[in-house]
Amino acid sequence: MKITEKPVAFYPEFARKSGPHKETTHYCPGCGHGNVHKMIAEAMVDLGINERTVFISPVGCSVFGYYYFDCGHMQAAHGRAPAVATGIKRANPEAIVIAYQGDGDLAAIGTAETLHAANRGENITVFFVNNAIYGMTGGQMAPTTLIGQKTATTPRGRIEAQHGNPIRMAEIIATLPATTYVERVAIGDSKHIMKARKAIRKALTNQVENRGYSFVEILSTCPTGWKMDGPDARDWLIEEMIKIFPLGVYKDEADHREGAWHRPVEPFVPAKRDAYLGADEAEAKAEKLSLPAELHCKFAGFGGQGVLTLGLFLAQVGMRADLHASWIPSYGPEMRGGTANCSVNLSERRIGSPLVDRPNLLVVMNQPSLEAFAGQVVEGGVVIVDTSVVENCPELPGRRVVRIPATGIADEVGTPKVANVVLLGAICAATGAFPLAFVEQSLRETVKKKDLVDLNLAALRRGYEHVRDAV
Amino acid sequence: MNDSVQATAPFIEIDAELCKGCKLCIGVCPKGVIDISEKLNGSSYHPAYYLGRDCTGCALCFYACPEPAAIKVVKP
Repeated sequence: MKITEKPVAFYPEFARKSGPHKETTHYCPGCGHGNVHKMIAEAMVDLGINERTVFISPVGCSVFGYYYFDCGHMQAAHGRAPAVATGIKRANPEAIVIAYQGDGDLAAIGTAETLHAANRGENITVFFVNNAIYGMTGGQMAPTTLIGQKTATTPRGRIEAQHGNPIRMAEIIATLPATTYVERVAIGDSKHIMKARKAIRKALTNQVENRGYSFVEILSTCPTGWKMDGPDARDWLIEEMIKIFPLGVYKDEADHREGAWHRPVEPFVPAKRDAYLGADEAEAKAEKLSLPAELHCKFAGFGGQGVLTLGLFLAQVGMRADLHASWIPSYGPEMRGGTANCSVNLSERRIGSPLVDRPNLLVVMNQPSLEAFAGQVVEGGVVIVDTSVVENCPELPGRRVVRIPATGIADEVGTPKVANVVLLGAICAATGAFPLAFVEQSLRETVKKKDLVDLNLAALRRGYEHVRDAV
Repeated sequence: MNDSVQATAPFIEIDAELCKGCKLCIGVCPKGVIDISEKLNGSSYHPAYYLGRDCTGCALCFYACPEPAAIKVVKP
C-alpha cells in the first residue's frame, strides 16, 4: 500500500504560527509556495537529510519558513540568503543548506549576493520562487514582472522603456563557470509540477554529493497579487509567463563534479579562539590601565552639534592611552537637523561588539536624546546634559546627572561649534578616566586645523573646570 | 463506502477544515472525481471533496494542492 501524505519534514503542528489555524499555512488559497514547500519537504525525507538541513528564509511571503519545516533555520536580511548560506555551509560543510527566495528578494535587492555566491560556486542549493510580483508588500512590480503586466506600481502595465525588461536569472546564473546545475521549472499543470519535483530533488542530491552550486528557478503564482483565482493564475503562468521565462535545463555539469566542492573544516580549538580574541591580553595591559572601569558611552543630539566628533575625540584619547576603542555612528539621512548618536567603547580587552545599548556614560545635547536614552543608562552611570539646549532635565535615581550649559560656554569661548569639546572636558572631570593634560595632548594631535587648537583647548578647560568646580 | 471497497480501490481523503477551496486539485484530477462543496468550512472556504469513486491513486491532486495536510492519497 502506498500512502501519499504530508511529509514528516513538516512539523506535525505549526505551533510557531500565530492565530488559531495550526495545521494550515499562512499562504493565500492557490499560492504556489505551498506546492514548492511540499516538494522540498518530501525530498528532504526521501534523501534522509531533514536532520542536517538548514533552511534560510528570505524576506517576502516565505519569511515564515521556520513555521513549517522541521529542520534548522536562519532568517536572512532581505536578499542576503546566499551570503548567509555561504557562511553556514563553510562553517558546517555537513549541513545541507537551502536558500529559498522570491523574485523581489533574489532578483532585486539580493542580486549581488545571488550572483557572487553563484560565481564562487558555493556548495548550496538555491530555490528561486518567481511569481513576477512583490506579493507580501501588496503586489508591486518586481524585476521579473512581465511587459504589460499590471501591478500596484505599474497600473497601466510594465513598460520596457520605463521599467526595463523582466530579468532572466536562470540564464544569467548559467553563464557563471563555477555553477553546477541550473534549471527553470514551473508549477503550472501536473506535468510541470512533476518536473519541478524532479529538479528540486536533483538540486538537493547535488549538494549531498558535494557537486556544487545548484539553482532551480520555479515559476510560481500569486493569485492575490495577480487578482485571479487559483486555476486562472495557473493558466496565466502557463500561457504568459513561460513564454518570457522558457523552461528547461540551462546547465548541468553535475556528472563531472562529484565531491569537487567538499571543503573540510578545521576542528574547533578553544585555545585558538581565545588567542584570537585576546583573552590573555588583559593581564598584560593591567600596568597601563588608566580607566576606573570600561567605558560604554552613548553621545546623542541633533546632527551638526558635533556628537559624532565628540565620540571620535574620546576614541582617540582611548587609543593614545593604548586601550582598545570602538566608535560607531548612527544617524539619519540629514546632514543637519536630524538626530544623530554614536557609541564608543573603551576597554583594556578587545571589544566584542561596537554597539552600546546599556551605556555607563551618556552625553546628550538635546531633549529627545535625553528621553530616548536616559532609561538605558546602567545604575551608577553618569549622564551629562547640555542645559543650554535641554530645558527639562529631571533627576535620574541611581544615576549621576551632570548639568553643564555647554553650548553657552562654547559661545563665550568663541563659537558654539566647540560645545562638544566643552563636553569632552566635562567627561574628563566627571569620570576621572583621563588626566586633563593627557586629553589636551590628544586634542592637539587630533584637531586638524592648527589655528583652532587654542580655541579647542580653551573649550576643553572651561568644560573641565565647570564640572570640577561644581563638585 | 464500506471497508471492502477501501481495501481494494485507491482513494483520497480531503480534510475539509484544512482546505482553502482553491480548486487546483479539481483541475488536475484526470478522472474528475473531486468537486467543491456548497457548504462553508470553519475558515469560510468552500472545501473540495472526493466524489467517492474512480480514484486511481495518481496523487496529482496531492502535488497540486498547496496545503501540506489537506489531501492524503491511499493506493492499496
